[in-house]
Amino acid sequence: MAGISLQGIRHSYLPNPAAPDDWAIKRLSLEAGDGSAYALLGPSGCGKTTMLNIISGLLRPTEGQIFFDGLDVTEATPESRNIAQVFQFPVIYDTMTVFDNLAFPLRNRRVSEPDVKRRVHEIADMLELAGMLRQRASGLTADGKQKISLGRGLVRSDVNVIMFDEPLTVIDPHLKWELRSKLKELHHKIGRTMIYVTHDQTEALTFADRVVVMNEGEIVQIGTPVELFERPNHTFVGHFIGSPGMNVLPCEVADGKARFAGVPVDSTNAAAYRGDGGRLELGVRPEFVRFTETGIPVEVVKILDAGRYRIVEASHAGHPIKMLISEDKPIPANGIHVSFDADRTRLYRDGWMVE
Amino acid sequence: MALELRNVTKRIGADVHIHQTDLVLQEGSFNTLLGPTLSGKTSLMQLMAGLDRPSSGEIWSRGRNVTDVPVQKRNVSMVYQQFINYPNFTVYENIASPLRVAGLARPEIDRRVAAASELLRLTPMLGRRPNELSGGQQQRTAIARALVKDAELVLLDEPLANLDYKLREELRDELPRFFADRDCIVVYATTEPTEALLFGGNTATVFEGRVTQFGSTSDVYRRPADLVSARVFSDPPINTAPVVKTGDKLVIGQAIALPTGRFRSELADGEYTIGLRPHHVTPQPQGNGATVDGRVLVAELSGSESVVHFDLDGHTWVSQSAGIHPFAVGDVARLHVEVDKSFFFDADGLLVAGGP
Repeated sequence: MAGISLQGIRHSYLPNPAAPDDWAIKRLSLEAGDGSAYALLGPSGCGKTTMLNIISGLLRPTEGQIFFDGLDVTEATPESRNIAQVFQFPVIYDTMTVFDNLAFPLRNRRVSEPDVKRRVHEIADMLELAGMLRQRASGLTADGKQKISLGRGLVRSDVNVIMFDEPLTVIDPHLKWELRSKLKELHHKIGRTMIYVTHDQTEALTFADRVVVMNEGEIVQIGTPVELFERPNHTFVGHFIGSPGMNVLPCEVADGKARFAGVPVDSTNAAAYRGDGGRLELGVRPEFVRFTETGIPVEVVKILDAGRYRIVEASHAGHPIKMLISEDKPIPANGIHVSFDADRTRLYRDGWMVE
Repeated sequence: MALELRNVTKRIGADVHIHQTDLVLQEGSFNTLLGPTLSGKTSLMQLMAGLDRPSSGEIWSRGRNVTDVPVQKRNVSMVYQQFINYPNFTVYENIASPLRVAGLARPEIDRRVAAASELLRLTPMLGRRPNELSGGQQQRTAIARALVKDAELVLLDEPLANLDYKLREELRDELPRFFADRDCIVVYATTEPTEALLFGGNTATVFEGRVTQFGSTSDVYRRPADLVSARVFSDPPINTAPVVKTGDKLVIGQAIALPTGRFRSELADGEYTIGLRPHHVTPQPQGNGATVDGRVLVAELSGSESVVHFDLDGHTWVSQSAGIHPFAVGDVARLHVEVDKSFFFDADGLLVAGGP
C-alpha cells in the first residue's frame, strides 16, 4: 500500500509544446492518501486517461515527478510499480477456468499454491463467483467477465494501488448498481488505495471518498462528493456534476448585493466581492430553486417527467432556470415566481467562486 | 398512417429471438424501446427497418405491406451504438452523403447539413476527417447523417451509449426537439429507464424477446402492466417481496407487518408480490407510511442523494432519497415505506392494484 504523490506534472504528446493547448496535462499536483478511494472525473479529453497512464508508468510525463510512499518512481517501469489495473473491457483468458483467471496474477508472481487458493477463494466469495470457479470463462456474460476482471485486479494483496479505467461502461444499468456496490464494499474490506477514472458522475460520486474533477488538463476541484455538490468552487464543477447541472446566471453586484436581470438575489458570498471587475455570475443548483409567492417572475417553458421528480425549465428575461420538483408537488399555473435558497446560491467571478 | 408489426415473430433455428409481437407506431411519434442488453431491441429494429425478415407475420408501413421490401427500398435511416463513418470523407461529406445519393440540390444540402451539424455541435469540425475526431464527435457525425435524410423511419440503437454523460444529457434534451415538427417515426433503443422517461413519447418495455407493455411513457412507468415491465422500467431496481394481505395488514415473511393504507378495500385478501420503487422507501417519513427495519448492506452517497441497500427478510431492497443520510454497513436502518405508492402483482405477475 502506498501514498501517491504527483508533483508539478505536465505532459504533452507533441515534441515541442508551445501553446497552452499543446499540453494534455497543463500543470498538476496531487496527494492521494493511503488506502482511500479516489475518482478522476472529467469530460473526454480532459486528461484523465493521460493521468492514469502517468501513474501506472505507461507514459513518462514531460515534466514533474511521481512518488510512491516518498520514493521517486518517475523513471520506474510499469512492472516495478506494482499496480493492478482493470480496464473498460474485460481482459480475461477465455480458455481458462474462472479459478485460473483469478489465480493468474498471483501465479505470475510465484505466490505459493496454498496462498493462491486462499486468495482466490476470498475474492471469489466477495464477488459471488465462488459457484463458478470451475467454469470456463468463455461461456460467461459480459458482466460476469467484467466481474472476473475486477477480481483479477483485486486478488493481489501486495499492490501499491488498484486503478480502474471506466470499468462499468459496458455493464447494463441494473448490474451497474450491483457491481458498483460490490466495489465500494470491497474497498471497505481491503482498504487499499484505489483510483477510478470515469466520465460518469454517478460512478465517481458513489465510489470515491474524494473526487478529483479535471477539465482541459487541469484539476478544477478536489473534494468529497458532498463538497462538490454543495460548494462547487468553479462553474464548470457546478455544471459537470449534477444532472441537470447548476444554473449559471449573469448578474451585477452593487453594495455587496447581487442582482439578476434587475431582481435582487441573496447569496452566501456577494459581500466578499471586491468590485474588481470580471465576469460575474450566480450559481444555484436546480435542487435549490423553488416556487414562491414573490421573487423572480418566470414563465414555465418546459416540464420533463423524470419519474420521481420533474425537471422544470422556467425562464426570466430570456434566461433559462432549471428546477427539480418532486413528483407529488404541484406546479403553479400562472403568476409564477421562483426563489433561490440563499445559503446555496453563490457568486462566481470569471468562473471561480468569490471568496 | 403508421408502422405496424402484425403477429411478427423471429426464430433462428430453435431459438426464438422475438415472440409474437403486435405493435403500432404512429407517424410523428417518438418511441423508446427499453430493455436490458440482448432483450430483443436490436432484433425488433432490424425487422422494422427491413434488414431482417420476420419468420412469420407482416410489417405494414403507411398502409402498405412491406414485409418483403428490402431496406434499400424503404426510406429508413439507422444509427448504431458503434459509429460508422466513411474514413476518406470529411465530416461535411459524411453528413451530406445520403443527400447526394438522393440527388438534392447543393443549397438544400448545405442548409440541411448546417442545421444538423449545428444541433450536434459539429460546425467547427465540418472540414475534418473522422480520424481527426474524438469518439463522441464521430458518433455525432453518424447521428447527423441519419438526421439529414428526412427518412420516414429513424432507428436509433443506443446511439448515446458511448458518449460522455454531459453530452448525452444535452443530446437527450435536443433530439426530441429535432424531430418535433417532423412526421417521421422515431424508434430509440436504450437500456436506461431515465432516458426513456426524459424522452417522454411512448415506451415499449422489452424483455426476453417480448414487448411486455407499450403505451405513453408516463403510463407505462406509473402503471406497469406486470412485474416484468415494472422491473425493466426501474433504476435502481424496484423492490419486491412476497406479501400476504389479510384485512388491514400486509405481512412480509414472518415478522414484517405493514398497514394496508389505500389498499384496504382496493385489494382482496390473498398472496401477492409487492413492488415499491426505491424513492418510496426513504430514511425520512413521507406520506401515509409505515416503517421497516433492515440491515444495511451498502450505503452510497452521491453528494446530492443517498442510496441504501438493505436486507428485508432475505430480500435486498433499495432506498433512494434526496440529501445525505449516512448509514454504516451492518447497522440496522429504519426506513419509511410509502405503502400507498405500492404495486401489487398476482401469481402470474400481472398488476392487480397500485398506480394512480
